[in-house]
Amino acid sequence: MADLTNTETIRPGWFSTLANPTTFMRLSGKVLPWLAVATLVLFAVGLTGAFLAPPDYQQGETVRIMFIHVPSAWLAMMSYTIIAISSAGYLIWRHPLADVSAKAAAPIGATFTLVALITGSLWGKPMWGAYWVWDARLTSVLILFFLYLGLIALRQAIDEPGRAGRAAAILALIGAVNIPIIKYSVNWWNTLHQPASVIRADGPTIHSSLLWPLLVMAIAFTLLFVVLHFKAMRAEILRRRCDALIARHVRGDAARAGTEEAANA
Amino acid sequence: MLDLGPHAAFIWISYGAAAFCVLALAIWAWGDERGQAKRLADLERRGLKRRSGQGQDKS
Repeated sequence: MADLTNTETIRPGWFSTLANPTTFMRLSGKVLPWLAVATLVLFAVGLTGAFLAPPDYQQGETVRIMFIHVPSAWLAMMSYTIIAISSAGYLIWRHPLADVSAKAAAPIGATFTLVALITGSLWGKPMWGAYWVWDARLTSVLILFFLYLGLIALRQAIDEPGRAGRAAAILALIGAVNIPIIKYSVNWWNTLHQPASVIRADGPTIHSSLLWPLLVMAIAFTLLFVVLHFKAMRAEILRRRCDALIARHVRGDAARAGTEEAANA
Repeated sequence: MLDLGPHAAFIWISYGAAAFCVLALAIWAWGDERGQAKRLADLERRGLKRRSGQGQDKS
């Protein structure tokens, strides 16, 4: 049994050490240039493959929209999942870096959701004859976009950062129910949107000539998300340091003014 | 120039919109970090020090 009276033997775990804002700033500063280069290389390879791939036998050249639409849609869901996990981490352990992660991911997720909606709409018009239909997949992704906007607006509406973080975390966890709805909407309901064709129990149904550029683009988009998320987290940590400095300075001034007032009384 | 058939406009607008959104996001992320780093440096130049940085000045 651990000797809890001997505090010298208690060391923070590797995750706590990694989740320390100062450690995060140091490590992210080192890996970011490499990640950015890897992202650019993967985008170059993926885009080359996307435009050299043969046209689809049914969709023709419009299948090229898939190479940006599908990774954007995956990231839209992944970003929200990261927000939900970070929010749970913040509510349970009150770890400030978890709140930083949740806050930083919201605008990125909202943008990828918007890209998925725009490119999906532009793909839908030549294929379905309509830019928009109120089917379960499209509607649930639109709700996801509104959830992102709600999270951003909620933080803006509450001045006290701790309260804003808790309120946004609760909303994020409630909204997480939408993620499985988006994923399985094409199976649960009769939708115009096609069912899953890559992540399936019986394997992908896409031809390999179209599949490899799609997977490269998916990795490129994921790395892009990591780079943007790290950048946004770094900015948020610096913002909180500035705010803390100003708050401490204001408190110091107030305390000094109180002491002088008491001395003069 | 690539011949993308009768629906070329849909394809190019899709790629253009995605590039615009990603570029805007990148400019925001880089700009925000740079702006906050500058703000922090400015505060520290004006004598406001972080608790972790106070000990370094006591030489």
